[in-house]
Amino acid sequence: MVSVRAISHSYGELEAIDRLDLDLPAHGVLGLVGPSGCGKSTLLELIAGLQQPGAGEIEVDGARAPAERLARCAFMPQRDMLLPWLAAIDNAALALRNRGAGRGAARAEAGRLFEQFGLAGFERARPAELSGGMRQRVAFLRTLVAGKPLLALDEPFASLDAITRAEMQGWLARALAADPRTVVLVSHDVEEALYLADRVVVLSARPARVVEQLGAPAPRAADRDAAVTDPAFVAVRERAMAALHRGSQ
Amino acid sequence: MSRWLLPMLALAALIGIWQLAASSGALADLLGLEPFLVPSPAEIASALWENRSLLAENAWVTLREIVLGFLIGLAAGLGFAVLLRLSEMLRRIFYPLMVGSQAVPILVLAPVLIVWFGFGIGPKLVIVALICFFPIAVNAADGLRSVDPEAGKMMRSLDASRRQILWRVEAPTSLPFVFSGARIAATYAPIAAIFGEWVGADSGLGVLIREDSARLETARLFAAAAVLAAIALTMFALLALAERRIVTWR
Repeated sequence: MVSVRAISHSYGELEAIDRLDLDLPAHGVLGLVGPSGCGKSTLLELIAGLQQPGAGEIEVDGARAPAERLARCAFMPQRDMLLPWLAAIDNAALALRNRGAGRGAARAEAGRLFEQFGLAGFERARPAELSGGMRQRVAFLRTLVAGKPLLALDEPFASLDAITRAEMQGWLARALAADPRTVVLVSHDVEEALYLADRVVVLSARPARVVEQLGAPAPRAADRDAAVTDPAFVAVRERAMAALHRGSQ
Repeated sequence: MSRWLLPMLALAALIGIWQLAASSGALADLLGLEPFLVPSPAEIASALWENRSLLAENAWVTLREIVLGFLIGLAAGLGFAVLLRLSEMLRRIFYPLMVGSQAVPILVLAPVLIVWFGFGIGPKLVIVALICFFPIAVNAADGLRSVDPEAGKMMRSLDASRRQILWRVEAPTSLPFVFSGARIAATYAPIAAIFGEWVGADSGLGVLIREDSARLETARLFAAAAVLAAIALTMFALLALAERRIVTWR
């Protein structure tokens, strides 16, 4: 589904990524963790077709050109980026509206998912009227409604407080279990990446290289707190942390 | 209401002091002028009432110049800002020129505009529009550029075209900036219209003010200035109201 071959990328003199390889099968969830500023978000944008790598090849669902990759990828930025002048439902339906759907049809299609996302009754609410967790759910819904084969999530819960973040992680894990998607998830939080992803790639400090790839412990408990305190999970987390320390040096 | 209470009280106090100072002759003494040259607020109010038809007739002429000139400046400013947003090359060429153009005193060009466009409403519209254009264009251009780049990336991945990003994200984001520019323009527009009328016109508040100044009709001159201030304040208030109604997310 996603294939990254020997990509390197620089911003002028600044080398961001150095000959990096990755693979992700369909319906797989790949977590990318690494030290701050290591190029995780750049890698995500390269995969999503928002940028073109200086060298190497990226293929997403058979597409290689950036515009074609972008057509197959829905990007969710770090902050929710909900448009404050639009109601929650119109934010969720943005991709449909962009593709030419009428307001009524777009609202009807996006509105079908509101109950499932715990947003029933908030369709007409403006983003300012929603809690942080609800805003992230609308942002994720907007990403899903786009109907793209690949979801590129850039630290989707980084702006939330610890309790809401834990709740949202549990919620996202359930949402992906119910409706499996191919996901590349960037996170600065090893625990979050291991909990949500099937496989976690630990990247080094800039320029980003793969330090270690770790399979997430399986099967995971449905309850997030139980899952992250499981001894097998804790052991993998320790390995990931050790890799992160090695990569930071 | 409480927001307006203190400014209104201050204004009432100032008018009261002015009334006392003018009617007692203290203000004329202080300025070393004849008392008839320093009208009191009551005399100005009386001149306003007695000359209401004349003032209304001339105010209508000036109001048309202000509103039409403002609308032309608004349309041109917004159009220019959109062009600069859509083309990086145009922005690089014209943005510095636009800022530099403010060094040209547009009001000084008024006599030339009268020569070019005659004594009708045309040159006044050009002067008002030119004066209004700059604050609107600069604010709108800055507003369109103020969009978070992450929002642009998000929209691109949601299949938005360049035009859709402009209308669905950049234009709404720029609205508070546009209103700021428009409010500044609305305060400049009456001055521009009056100047245009001074240079060449046969009617309008500017003509009345010029004539009253020559005839030392100071009470009516102040009455005309009060009408002009009322026009500027009304435009400012209408724009503030429109902003509150339109930019509901702030």
